[in-house]
Amino acid sequence: MTEGTKKPFSVREIRNEFPALRQLVYGKNLIYFDNGATSQKPQVVLDAINRYYSKDNANIHRGVHFMSQKATTEFEEARIIIQKYLNARTREEVIFTKGTTDGINLVANSFGELLSAGDEIIITAMEHHSNIVPWQMLCQRKNLTLRVAPINKKGELIIEEFDKLLNSKTKLVAVTHISNTLGTINPVKELAQKAHAVGAKILVDGAQSIQHMPIDVIDMDCDFFVFSGHKVFGPTGIGVLYGKETLLDRMPPYQGGGDMISKVTFERTTYNELPFKFEAGTPHIAGGICLGEAIKFLSGLDIVAIQKHEKELADYAQDLLDTFEDMTIIGEAKKKTSVVSFSMEGVHPFDIGTLLDKQGIAVRTGHHCTQPLMDFFGIPGTVRASFAFYNTREEVDTFIAAVEKSINMLR
Amino acid sequence: MTIEQKQQEIIEDFDIYDDWMNKYEYIIELGKDLPMIDPTKKTEDRLIPGCQSRVWLDAEVVDGKMQFTADSDAIITKGIIGLLIRVLNNESPADVATADLHFINDIGLQEHLSPTRANGLLSMVNKLKMAALKWSMENKD
Repeated sequence: MTEGTKKPFSVREIRNEFPALRQLVYGKNLIYFDNGATSQKPQVVLDAINRYYSKDNANIHRGVHFMSQKATTEFEEARIIIQKYLNARTREEVIFTKGTTDGINLVANSFGELLSAGDEIIITAMEHHSNIVPWQMLCQRKNLTLRVAPINKKGELIIEEFDKLLNSKTKLVAVTHISNTLGTINPVKELAQKAHAVGAKILVDGAQSIQHMPIDVIDMDCDFFVFSGHKVFGPTGIGVLYGKETLLDRMPPYQGGGDMISKVTFERTTYNELPFKFEAGTPHIAGGICLGEAIKFLSGLDIVAIQKHEKELADYAQDLLDTFEDMTIIGEAKKKTSVVSFSMEGVHPFDIGTLLDKQGIAVRTGHHCTQPLMDFFGIPGTVRASFAFYNTREEVDTFIAAVEKSINMLR
Repeated sequence: MTIEQKQQEIIEDFDIYDDWMNKYEYIIELGKDLPMIDPTKKTEDRLIPGCQSRVWLDAEVVDGKMQFTADSDAIITKGIIGLLIRVLNNESPADVATADLHFINDIGLQEHLSPTRANGLLSMVNKLKMAALKWSMENKD
């Protein structure tokens, strides 16, 4: 879709597309500030789910009949929609997965097979457990070394320290694009250049970025980019691994089974070509088609205006929270977006979260699957408000009043 | 008072609150009043796993009756465990082990009982009952 066809962004109009936002929770208007965990779904995605199972449901790729061919076409069209949105070179570079975690595990297991003892992998101190544990498991299995690039107290990657970890043994840098806990935006393009300079590959965890900013894998020059459908207004259980075709070609299959084979005999099996080599078994067909629908929806929006709106919400919320006594904002990177995490002296995040819930406000509390990061800040967890484009300034006002009320009750 | 009578008493206490925030205000007050566990007993082995907040629970049997003390760094969790302790303290291990703690449902706190719920109420209930069961087994004739 060209820029000219995009409607000007209006938060009031866009909210109408999301039926889940129009409900009462404990008698209060729902305020959904847990978008970092998952996003709500627009009507077009809900309609697509209904349409698929009502009319098009069939197994794909091998069927001779009408419905199977229709489902196959739609599934493969979704792949192309996603390819174009990411600016990937070919559709072969777009692998459907279960989600971000699945994509990272695929790379750890398959790309990991190309690594040998003594090789090194670099992650950062702000990674989600999903971008820590698969590498730890790989390092243990193949006798590799995992290095962790440190962050400063603002929650920014310390680039000089990252540089010190890079060397000729580095084979992979696995880094989050945006921290789910801190909202920090990492300079992934710069990191990709640095990684490539020593001959290493880079995986970018896009679970928290694709819904908030334009993604261009060619410009970023990442080797892998992973994301989850459900965080980008699509269904759960579906996600995408983008990989450079030359690299994916060299990598062995991850799982064996149907669809990923070319010819099977008991003596030897040859594998299917990309992208099917990495898609064993019947895929999440409805998920893929409806993720395509979600990405189509997103590409019809003015992402620059969305970025601005979300940043304004986060800044507004952070400024207001900052006026509370004994309040610490966790994550004050210069480049951050969409997330405000906070912790308050003498008040447990779980207590605030419970009371906010009873006031109709959905937030996340706890360690956000980033326990090492919580240890770094010396706190048990935070309260995290994470925004999407359908959130409003008025909702932030209500949220702030509810936080104040909760704190007064707890102290 | 029997376990059942104490549960009924709590249900009546909560009956007057029709608003969730008032209900939680009461739970928070209970949390503030919870008899504190002896600080030396706040050890790793008394920590209940699976809670977003940290909860320590100690169980003793004095004169054949269960005596629980607990603490948590989250006040709502403390309030809820305070309710459990109010129901189960001074009861025989056999009665505690087999107690049907229906009051949790009746006062609308069942959401806290789901197995993956962050405050681990289910783990707390299990731990309270296991302590009683363990004593019963060890002291069988």
